[in-house]
Amino acid sequence: MASLLGRFCRKLVVPGSAHGSRMISTTACDSEAVKSLNLYSAINQALHIALETDPRSYVFGEDVGFGGVFRCTTGLAERFGKNRVFNTPLCEQGIVGFGIGLAAMGNRAVVEIQFADYIYPAFDQIVNEAAKFRYRSGNQFNCGGLTIRAPYGAVGHGGHYHSQSPEAFFCHVPGIKVVIPRSPREAKGLLLSSIRDPNPVVFFEPKWLYRQAVEEVPEHDYMIPLSQAEVIREGNDITLVGWGAQLTVMEQACLDAEKVLDFIFQLKDNWFKVSNMGLELIMQEGISCELIDLKTLLPWDKETVEASVKKTGRLLISHEAPVTGGFGAEISATILERCFLKLEAPVSRVCGLDTPFPLVFEPFYMPTKNKASSSSSLSSPLKKKRHYLIMGLHVWCRYWMQSSPLLITSHSICFFR
Amino acid sequence: MAMWFARSRNLVSILRQNLGLSATLIKRNHSSPRPVFTNYQLSSRVFLDPSTSFRHESTAVETQPDLVQQSDHEDDAQELDFPGGKVGYTSEMKFIPESSSRRIPCYRVLNEHGKIISDSDFIPVSEKLAVRMYEQMATLQVMDHIFYEAQRQGRISFYLTSVGEEAINIASAAALSPEDVVLPQYREPGVLLWRGFTLEEFANQCFGNKADYGKGRQMPIHYGSNQHNYFTVSSPIATQLPQAAGVGYALKMEKKNACAVTFIGDGGTSEGDFHAGLNFAAVMEAPVVFICRNNGWAISTHISEQFRSDGIVVKGQAYGIRSIRVDGNDALAVYSAVRSAREMAVTEQRPVLIEAMTYRVGHHSTSDDSTKYREADEIQYWKMSRNPVNRFKKWVEDNGWWSEEDESKLRSSTRKQLLQAIQAAEKWEKQPLTELFNDVYDVKTKNLEEQEVGLKALVEKQPQDYPTGFHI
Repeated sequence: MASLLGRFCRKLVVPGSAHGSRMISTTACDSEAVKSLNLYSAINQALHIALETDPRSYVFGEDVGFGGVFRCTTGLAERFGKNRVFNTPLCEQGIVGFGIGLAAMGNRAVVEIQFADYIYPAFDQIVNEAAKFRYRSGNQFNCGGLTIRAPYGAVGHGGHYHSQSPEAFFCHVPGIKVVIPRSPREAKGLLLSSIRDPNPVVFFEPKWLYRQAVEEVPEHDYMIPLSQAEVIREGNDITLVGWGAQLTVMEQACLDAEKVLDFIFQLKDNWFKVSNMGLELIMQEGISCELIDLKTLLPWDKETVEASVKKTGRLLISHEAPVTGGFGAEISATILERCFLKLEAPVSRVCGLDTPFPLVFEPFYMPTKNKASSSSSLSSPLKKKRHYLIMGLHVWCRYWMQSSPLLITSHSICFFR
Repeated sequence: MAMWFARSRNLVSILRQNLGLSATLIKRNHSSPRPVFTNYQLSSRVFLDPSTSFRHESTAVETQPDLVQQSDHEDDAQELDFPGGKVGYTSEMKFIPESSSRRIPCYRVLNEHGKIISDSDFIPVSEKLAVRMYEQMATLQVMDHIFYEAQRQGRISFYLTSVGEEAINIASAAALSPEDVVLPQYREPGVLLWRGFTLEEFANQCFGNKADYGKGRQMPIHYGSNQHNYFTVSSPIATQLPQAAGVGYALKMEKKNACAVTFIGDGGTSEGDFHAGLNFAAVMEAPVVFICRNNGWAISTHISEQFRSDGIVVKGQAYGIRSIRVDGNDALAVYSAVRSAREMAVTEQRPVLIEAMTYRVGHHSTSDDSTKYREADEIQYWKMSRNPVNRFKKWVEDNGWWSEEDESKLRSSTRKQLLQAIQAAEKWEKQPLTELFNDVYDVKTKNLEEQEVGLKALVEKQPQDYPTGFHI
């Protein structure tokens, strides 16, 4: 099963909408070679490139020597030698501490924590040391060469300790960056940027996508900028913000919500199908969704989200991590501050429950597309817009037989916004 | 429950065999007393010349009383093959005792009266070096005293002395090369002093003024200087130990003639980072010298409440690390031990552990009153009778290298310099407000720019709510 985002942006031609948001192109030039890769292969490629381009870079962690438990480090030890790619003792605080020491001496240390669930022993080194290394020394020292990679997120059967999304803990720490890619192509570019960024970066990889996501990934060395969110699907009625694997789910929700808009555009050719039933359908569905991939959670791109919400008037945030104190709360509070008068509904958060990540209950815990679709933002009648939409169509149909379509269509369209 | 059996041969040689280590076990030479290096080799050098390297006999691994005694039940010929290598077996069920019958002895060169103990191994120290060492120990004492008083007067917010540990501070620094990277805990300003940090620079950090290299961001005594290869002090305990392993590894990869040197107290060895640091250094074969200042107290926690082992030195072997226990109040012993350890670390690319026994004469810090948890008599005893500065002074004086006149001149001039440094630092301009927001990242991020603008506006609007002197 290959499910992909970003590549499948549909530009919805809704009259009157302005496309003010930025689109960052990650498409390869025609001349550049691409290869169909899954997430772990894309990450592997990024690591190969990182080690190749900087002889003072190192990759280490538990079991990375043979390729790693998720195969992200395959071939690195054979190619670059055991001095640069090596297994460490089973000790996360040691792994990160050792990495800080290496980075403080001007090297790039790309360390792997086997599962994000096990990052906590290293929390002291990350928060008290790495994040403050530059600041506390008055910029005499820094450990910017440090990048910490960890697989995170639900995997279907992971339970408490193989499914966690701990990004919120780290987003509260000034001095580090937190980056989460959504797909193989994004992962390669973002990982290279993270490794080369002169600040310590925590890079969470959605383990669910290691094999599930397959995408055309350019083979060359490229970087995707940090702290720039991307509108991967444009829309007018509601903004959805997410990161990592959750974007796949959110895109499904967008597709479901938008379904009947197609129906509306088919009306032009099949006007006689407009009936009471059709109008009822329009009353329930037909929502144009703008989907944003945040990519970097700290520091996050407020401007892109703000511009989008000012356009749509609604915001829905979705993440796997428990809703209380999750990063969605930060986005919600910031957008409320900046877009209060433009909001037509409260900000919605569709997130994990406030429980440890359960095993047999995972399907109930997860923020699924149905939970997103039935959330207040997406399901509450878009009263103003729908009202005009319905009225406009009604008028259009009534007068279709009596007047020239061109005149009536333009008359109706003015009701849309 | 697994019963662990081992052959009674020397454990170290077993480990060496099985792990393929090539280091030769050097026995201590019990012949007539002589220093290991000739005076010629060392007389003209204050610092260790980085281009030379020595293999000297005094770097012997002191053979410990064997942990397991040979018994009649052992079958010498047979061995068992396990992932860690071959081990012999025995049918006698015997537990390794929780402690050795004898504590690991403490290496010392000078007795309490400042006389060299006969038959001592030690690396001779030239007059120039000895005088400099003494001067710096005395300077450290004066500095500690004056800054402590400045805190009591409310002029600085906090201070932490190294009283009683001057020998560890200065003698260890003297034994290192300037390229060795130091990762301190917080009670080692003497190392920075030795390397050339001025009294003014110390004062600037304590006052957090505009000249502070740390830009006023941390409490006093959190010194750091990249110029002097001295990593900035951070309050969390033992975090520097795994970092030191990484630093050592970096130096090894760069093939530098240098090692990482890191300090920790007795309390810090209980932290997980101690285990992480030593284990990583050993596995990665990183050139790191771990110096533990066992001064008997972690704030109010006596070492009897900190661990049940024979101090810290015995833990080295658990990690496969060569270790030594040294009298931390004996400057010559500390000098020899650190110098030797440093050589081992660099030439053999391995970590070494030094446990320096000492006593924390001062309070933990200006926020502590140690008479609340220990006897004033005990403090007095160590201050007067076991004083490392006096002990070394006696030896230096006995050699005719130091006089009372030198003493009073040094103390009064240092005192004067310090008072001036404090007065100057106090008056110095404060950091500009923008430094609150710089260096969080390499480049100021948008959210920080916004917050800076907001704060500046607020301060301009209501200056009475904010301290003065911070240029906007």
